Amino acid sequence: MIVSNNGVAKKAGNTRPTFYKSFFSFLITFVLMFLSWIVLSGKFDSLLLWLGGISSFFVAYYFYDLLFPAMESGYVKVFFRFIAYTPWLIWEIIKANFHLLYLAFHPRMKELIDPHIITFKTHLKSDIAIATLANSITLTPGTITVTADSDGVFRVHAIDSESAEALPGIMLKKVAKVFGEEI
Amino acid sequence: MDILVVLFLITGLFFFLGGAVGIIRMPDFYSRLHPAGKLDTLGIFAMVTGLAIYNLHHFSLEALLLSIKMFLIVFFVFLSSPTATHSIVDAGMRAGLRHWTKKKRKG
Repeated sequence: MIVSNNGVAKKAGNTRPTFYKSFFSFLITFVLMFLSWIVLSGKFDSLLLWLGGISSFFVAYYFYDLLFPAMESGYVKVFFRFIAYTPWLIWEIIKANFHLLYLAFHPRMKELIDPHIITFKTHLKSDIAIATLANSITLTPGTITVTADSDGVFRVHAIDSESAEALPGIMLKKVAKVFGEEI
Repeated sequence: MDILVVLFLITGLFFFLGGAVGIIRMPDFYSRLHPAGKLDTLGIFAMVTGLAIYNLHHFSLEALLLSIKMFLIVFFVFLSSPTATHSIVDAGMRAGLRHWTKKKRKG
């Protein structure tokens, strides 16, 4: 680890804050790469572990700014809030999947469904918040995101009025809270 | 334990069946994508959970690692499936296909 310390310090220059930022993203990338090496190889010989460590060191050294470009102090908070957001999302997916299953097997399905496209505007700023909301909407059955642009305008295809009504409300609030933005 | 595994596998199969029936029965292109893209994700989640539990019967470190690898499949399907569905819908919109509505039909 001492070697890695020197390597990044040389690259990042003398200013302390930049050094800390890039070092943290380097460290996280290294740990992530090494963990995936261990999980994917499944062998614990010292030779293989060393090979994995060296290769993940090189990957983290050259590409540390690829996965976590701007490592700021608020970033860690966002990460944990995102972890807290996932169980709710999974529960929502399961609930809505049963609804879609019910629709698929219903004998008079064409009377129940009412496909239409709704448009709504949000004030989400960052790309990652918009992408998260778009993917969450698509994962929740009954709704598919048609377009989502960088201004925060969403067009959503909803299969029936029930899933359309639930839409811009609680999920948007949760996503905005995760990324610390106002609605 | 075996009962749990069978329960998960049957749930997954049921979701896949629902997806297939939904694709056949839905009226148009866009609404067909709803069951196609999403009942499959929950189906694969249930089936892989069942298989991972079955794999942990004789508990060892290698079996645990194999189960983690199985859940990586679920993770990537959860990432890629909504993106793929979204891009298919987007392609349909760009080509100018209208979506099916109730009002068009008479009777």
